[in-house]
Amino acid sequence: MRKIYGFHGGIHPPENKHQSLRSPIADAGIPPELVIPLSQHIGAPSRAVVAVGDRVLKGQMIAEPSGFVSVPVHAPTSGTIAAVEDRQIAHPSGHAAPCIVIASDGRDQWIEHGGKADYTSLDKAELLERIRNAGIAGMGGAGFPAAVKLSVKPDIKIETLIINGTECEPYITADDVLMRERAGEIIEGTNILRHIVQPHETLIGIEDNKPEALAAMRAAAEGSDIDIVEFPTKYPSGGEKQLIEILTGKQVPSGGLPADVGVICQNVGSAVAIRDAVVDGRPLISRITTVTGEGVAQPQNFEVLLGTSMHYLLDKAGYSAEKNRRLIMGGPMMGFTVPSPDVPIVKTTNCLLAPAESELPTPPPAQACIRCGMCAEACPVTLLPQQMFWFAQGKEFEKLELHNLFDCIECGACSWVCPSNIPLVQYYRASKAEILQLRRDTEKSEHSRIRFEARQERLAKEEAEKEAKRAARKKAAEERAQQAATAGGDEDPIQAAIERAKAKKAAQQAGGGEVSELEKLEKAVATTRKRLETATGKLETAKAEGSDLVEALQTGVDKTKAKLEAAEKALHDYQQANSGEQAKPAAPTDAAQAAIEKAMAARAADASLSPEDKARGQLEKLRQRLEKSRTKLAESRENGDEEKIIEALEATVERLSQKVAEAEKQLQETEGA
Amino acid sequence: MRITSPHAHGPMSTPRVMLNVLLATVPGIVVMTHFFGFGTLVNILWGGLVAVACEALALKLRGRPLGFYLKDYSALVTATLLCIALPPYSPWWLIAVGIASAILLAKHLYGGLGYNPFNPAMAGYVILLISFPVQMTAWAPPRGVGELPGLLEALQACFTPAAFDGVTMATPLDVMKQNNSLLVKDLWQQNPQFGRWAGVGWEWANLAFLAGGAWLLYKRIFTWHAPVAMLAALTLMAALFNDGGSSASGGSPLFHLLSGATMFGAFFIVTDPVTSAVSVRGRLVYGAMIGALVYIIRVRGNYPDAVAFAVLIMNFAAPFIDYYTQPRTYGHQRSGGGE
Repeated sequence: MRKIYGFHGGIHPPENKHQSLRSPIADAGIPPELVIPLSQHIGAPSRAVVAVGDRVLKGQMIAEPSGFVSVPVHAPTSGTIAAVEDRQIAHPSGHAAPCIVIASDGRDQWIEHGGKADYTSLDKAELLERIRNAGIAGMGGAGFPAAVKLSVKPDIKIETLIINGTECEPYITADDVLMRERAGEIIEGTNILRHIVQPHETLIGIEDNKPEALAAMRAAAEGSDIDIVEFPTKYPSGGEKQLIEILTGKQVPSGGLPADVGVICQNVGSAVAIRDAVVDGRPLISRITTVTGEGVAQPQNFEVLLGTSMHYLLDKAGYSAEKNRRLIMGGPMMGFTVPSPDVPIVKTTNCLLAPAESELPTPPPAQACIRCGMCAEACPVTLLPQQMFWFAQGKEFEKLELHNLFDCIECGACSWVCPSNIPLVQYYRASKAEILQLRRDTEKSEHSRIRFEARQERLAKEEAEKEAKRAARKKAAEERAQQAATAGGDEDPIQAAIERAKAKKAAQQAGGGEVSELEKLEKAVATTRKRLETATGKLETAKAEGSDLVEALQTGVDKTKAKLEAAEKALHDYQQANSGEQAKPAAPTDAAQAAIEKAMAARAADASLSPEDKARGQLEKLRQRLEKSRTKLAESRENGDEEKIIEALEATVERLSQKVAEAEKQLQETEGA
Repeated sequence: MRITSPHAHGPMSTPRVMLNVLLATVPGIVVMTHFFGFGTLVNILWGGLVAVACEALALKLRGRPLGFYLKDYSALVTATLLCIALPPYSPWWLIAVGIASAILLAKHLYGGLGYNPFNPAMAGYVILLISFPVQMTAWAPPRGVGELPGLLEALQACFTPAAFDGVTMATPLDVMKQNNSLLVKDLWQQNPQFGRWAGVGWEWANLAFLAGGAWLLYKRIFTWHAPVAMLAALTLMAALFNDGGSSASGGSPLFHLLSGATMFGAFFIVTDPVTSAVSVRGRLVYGAMIGALVYIIRVRGNYPDAVAFAVLIMNFAAPFIDYYTQPRTYGHQRSGGGE
């Protein structure tokens, strides 16, 4: 008999498992429509590889993995792709996510597939590839891709392989019936896992409230090295960390993985899926789901195609919506309320619980915490929930982290025992989310700070360089003046400068003009092209990384493209004009000249004004600009432009209003002085 | 309706916890009534009324819904515990002042149930003990030693104290404390209030409270750590300083375990969750310190009994104990705690 270690705390909620155990696993059949979310697992969502109108066969891959921690998705039956669009999915927030919709043809026609009964001839990498290609992601509820979990670093030695048949949540019996009816397949899957992991020992942990499952598993494991371990029922024994502690006495380090203590854990459902993938070449397209609660007439377990609507499945069990106040995916301890019964069954849907109000009543209002400590007694990870509640209420995040908030596994035992009905775990979930958000914000502002400081530094450096150049020029001019004074004596340096400038201009007009203009245009085209290239490069990397800068970069590239086109056009026009007749060389020079003169006149006028008038003029200009921006904003709002544009305009208006205010203040000061 | 997990809830509720505590005091009250007459019962009836009135007043002033908060029975528990600790046949005003101090000052001024740093019953008791030492140390002689007043006289003692002519007698703890010339053996013979192991009546009352406490432990209303640590520390101290019964003896361990408010304190006061330390290790330290303090104050202090003072002192220390006794969380290295 193996030593059972146990863990701190835990609770014994009413099990309510017998209701759904009265009949064997039933086939839920093929619904007319299947909605298959692209993200049914932890990690990056898969990428659709089919288009609307495509005909697909059962088992055909319809979405590919988009990263290491990602899995493909397969068609659960044959049919036609009806849509690839956002649909509401089973998520507590009730949000919509990308889904592939298949209109089934009822023929359930398999794609050609084949497995390898003699899996021992395959090496570890090939087996992992098959598991990954079959789209297997943690069937126990969390949905972590099985292949990723099994790909441990070669320097880590796995002592113990644990197959989790605990199923400690009340009501759920999916693993129980699986063990009763498909024990042989579980053992076969376990043997494949052993072949991959090569552990010293293999344990299958099952709570003692499942005598039939235990007997079936023991019979199936007869004569093998697999140890079926029975241990006392207690919630949450099925938590990975808790099960590891029960069976091995080891604790997974905080923030670490089971592999750190030489353990790998897989659910019995995953073991069967792995067996199906390797031996039959059958991808994960269905699962066992318990449908239970007083809201259904015949609670039982179904083998159901992924993507089947919950409503379809509930109806198979005799669902009456009026008896059911809320629909829960998962169990009563850790499951979540689904937004509507029309969302699809996914890889992690182990249970649909449709309780009557009397069965799981709405919690009464919370009373004061009397610090009775029942929560601390129940906590399976030895936290002090009553203290953490105190800190969570006061948003004392630092203290929360000191009390190891992030080791909370959110099993809900504390809330369950709390005599004052305080939603403790809900407080911790909210605090965790808030802390994570704060961390992200701090990181962001740190980035901005570094960027800002780098920019300041660069500007200072540029300014210093300019200053140095200016000083050098001044020095050179002084030296020249001195030289002139010593050499020419009566020659006026200003006169000399004027003459030099005149000579330059004459040379330009004499024919150098075209050359320089042409050069200028060519240079402009070249630099713009270069800029476009860099911008495009940046955009590509951003796209590859999935950065949120993509949009901004895209606009940049577009703008640069437009500029390049303009520059090329200007160059082209110029070349045409010049190759046709060398008639208008003076025109651009003249325009430039005019602009220069205008600016100079404006400056001169400025200079002649008193500072007060200057300020007043500036204020007037600012006011005009502000007015213009305001009109633009109003127009934009009326047109219902994009939010971004409106936001940008709003920012401009605000900035200008600020400037106007500053200018007014300055003006007042000047007048006051 | 969106409800997040867990969707299920256990059977325990705060009103049930409080009712269990009330129920567990019954054997002790019965024994006290048997040995000291109806005084304690009258205390509790009158005290309970005042407590509910004070609680309602405080809730009204604080703008809280009356029905919801009165239903937690916490005021009744406070009243019952304080009235058990008061001498039987206390006048109505003494009880009223004690209850008002407990409910209004020690509880609601700090924010109500769950927020009070000090045990309200013990705070009320100490306020009375310091303010009205004469009334607070006037214990009636137990059955068999003196005449027991009837129910009518008990009511009279409470509501028209001037007309009540009761006999009072020093408690065994008092006698033991004042002794400076007699051997413990002689003391036992010369004073009728000493019984088999401790005081007449007192020893049975203590055993009855022990029984009530054991029942609460069985019902898992609290854990064994704090009360057992307190009793163990008290036993240890008494054993260490019990010199075999000289005139300077502090009393035997058994005498201390069954005297005064030892068992009542261990199972009904030290176990008050709001004001005690929270972790297992913390509750061990908290209880042991109270046990040690009870002995020290009983033998060396100015007051014959010490549970109230010891508890209040350790109430002060509870947050400090909590800080240094945070348990090791799953997956963390063993450390000194705190840091």
